[in-house]
Amino acid sequence: MSKHVTDDLLEPHRQVESGQVEVRPAEVWACLRGVMDPELDESVVDLNFVTRADVDLRNRVHIEFRLPTYWCAANFSFLMADDMRRAVSMLDWVEGVSVVLGEHMYADKINAGLAQGLSFQETFGVEADGDLDDLRRTFLLKAFQRRQVALLNHLTGIGHPPETIVALTLAELDCLPVNDEGARLRRRYLERRDVVGRVRGNFPAFVDAAGSPLKVDGFAAYVSGLRRVGVNAEFNSALCRGLLSVRFDLETPFVPTTRASLSTAEAQQQQSRRP
Amino acid sequence: MYRTAKGEEIFVIDGHTHFWDGSPANQKNIHGKQFIECFYAYHSNLSPPSEKWEKEKFEKYDAKTMFDDLFVAGYDDMAILQPTYLTDFYKNGFNTTERNSAMKKSHPDRFILNGAFDPRDGNKGLEDLHALSEKHKLKGVKLYTAEWRGESKGYKLSDKDSYKYLEAAQKLGIKNIHVHKGPTIIPLNRDAFDVADIDDVATSFQDLNFIVEHCGLPRLDDFCWIATQETNVYAGIAVALPFIHSRPGYFAHVISELLFWIGPDKILYGSDYGIWTPKWLIDKFMAFEIPADITKETGSVLTMENKTKILGLNAARLYGIDVEAQKKKIKAGGGYAHLSEAVHAPA
Repeated sequence: MSKHVTDDLLEPHRQVESGQVEVRPAEVWACLRGVMDPELDESVVDLNFVTRADVDLRNRVHIEFRLPTYWCAANFSFLMADDMRRAVSMLDWVEGVSVVLGEHMYADKINAGLAQGLSFQETFGVEADGDLDDLRRTFLLKAFQRRQVALLNHLTGIGHPPETIVALTLAELDCLPVNDEGARLRRRYLERRDVVGRVRGNFPAFVDAAGSPLKVDGFAAYVSGLRRVGVNAEFNSALCRGLLSVRFDLETPFVPTTRASLSTAEAQQQQSRRP
Repeated sequence: MYRTAKGEEIFVIDGHTHFWDGSPANQKNIHGKQFIECFYAYHSNLSPPSEKWEKEKFEKYDAKTMFDDLFVAGYDDMAILQPTYLTDFYKNGFNTTERNSAMKKSHPDRFILNGAFDPRDGNKGLEDLHALSEKHKLKGVKLYTAEWRGESKGYKLSDKDSYKYLEAAQKLGIKNIHVHKGPTIIPLNRDAFDVADIDDVATSFQDLNFIVEHCGLPRLDDFCWIATQETNVYAGIAVALPFIHSRPGYFAHVISELLFWIGPDKILYGSDYGIWTPKWLIDKFMAFEIPADITKETGSVLTMENKTKILGLNAARLYGIDVEAQKKKIKAGGGYAHLSEAVHAPA
């Protein structure tokens, strides 16, 4: 993408014909916040990957992002870009979305593929085996497991025995009295519950990766098994955040809300400081 | 050699060290530059501030610096040199067996020199492996299954060609197969992250030991599962260990999961020198205890016995090192002359 061309169009203050205009960047950021790094199961915004998300005069959205290393897996990189484009395209006023990856070994290739709307397979040709849907599925499943074990530990911790937990339906789980942390964990779990099967109020709240209801027998071993998934994800997240902070001279931990409130000028200034 | 306050001697074998040249003069292209910068980011991010090196030193250090960092300032008794060729990025390679062999030649009692192979090199590669093994009496190799080469985006140990190489290794007495299954070294595809191929070959080659470097991170969860089922699969904890400083809580989780799933006899210490140095890693490791809440979950305890195994006894077993005999050799060569000053004694 040619940067100066789009910059000419970035004059949000002239877009005063509708009160909606001002909320549009916030809507974009809200969409991006829902896009996860598939491996870390954390928002690409919270991870501080997204450096720019602007709306131009023609209601086209321009997103730029970068990753913790020059070597981050091409398929994950592509997948995140693809998810960002899909998420932002859901906004009904959006006329187009460009997503550009910076400072990456395959930046040129990935950016060209993204610009042409190609799939990962089409972009990388023979170098890519298997399509991204399998990969997406694998990591959604891990996210489901990680979120489930966090909630199970919480429920066990506040005194619910396995007998009670495995008997809960989705509707009952939804009504279960919990504190703020419990509510957050429950919301996160329920967001991924459909990864392993259909969701209805009278269906069991807790099922395994194959969709079978959890049982009292073997409950502890099941939870131990899932713990690995959570530890792994936390470890990766710590590594990625650390590497990103060194690479781009940022401070950890990040405060993602300030990112969303940066003006375009500040955002550009920040970009120009990067090596 | 690490001596505890009580005077117990712990023999340390560093399972993962490099003698690299990542200097601009040796860089072939932008990838070479980015590669050493990525390593430097690991170094900068996870080292205590007092242990940070200048970039220039990090790019290329000399043999004496390495020797001192490992064996004089550091507590290593022996170190395994693991090669990383990267000849597509560096004119003379990054850290070849040939380059490492200079260290081994100067200090034969201190170093174990490992080789490398790539099954995509066909028959020529097999011949090279024979020659390399003959020249250096290899007992181990380091493999990068994720390395992209031309059209290929990596290989699996379970590929037909890999089997040929593993069969050759077995014949040549190369018992220890270190496999890099860890944070990205070259852009990876889905399969390159996968540790499932370890499962396959560990079953097929019962006489070989498979040491999964970086304990499968970022696939610790899958790795633990596989290692539990195979008796000849080990975990190298390079990269996981330095978290002991910046994120001790995460390190506690990782080590306790490893102890829980694969046990203390199958975990190997490695500094990943020159990314990190043994002195501070081992000081922190020896002082480390798994917090009670995590022990409650996993039942894992990092006892003195476990620490001793992880720091040296497990690697000694894999490489056939007689610890007492080796200590005598090192002592006779003056290797412990510095100990009275340099030894650490926890308060």
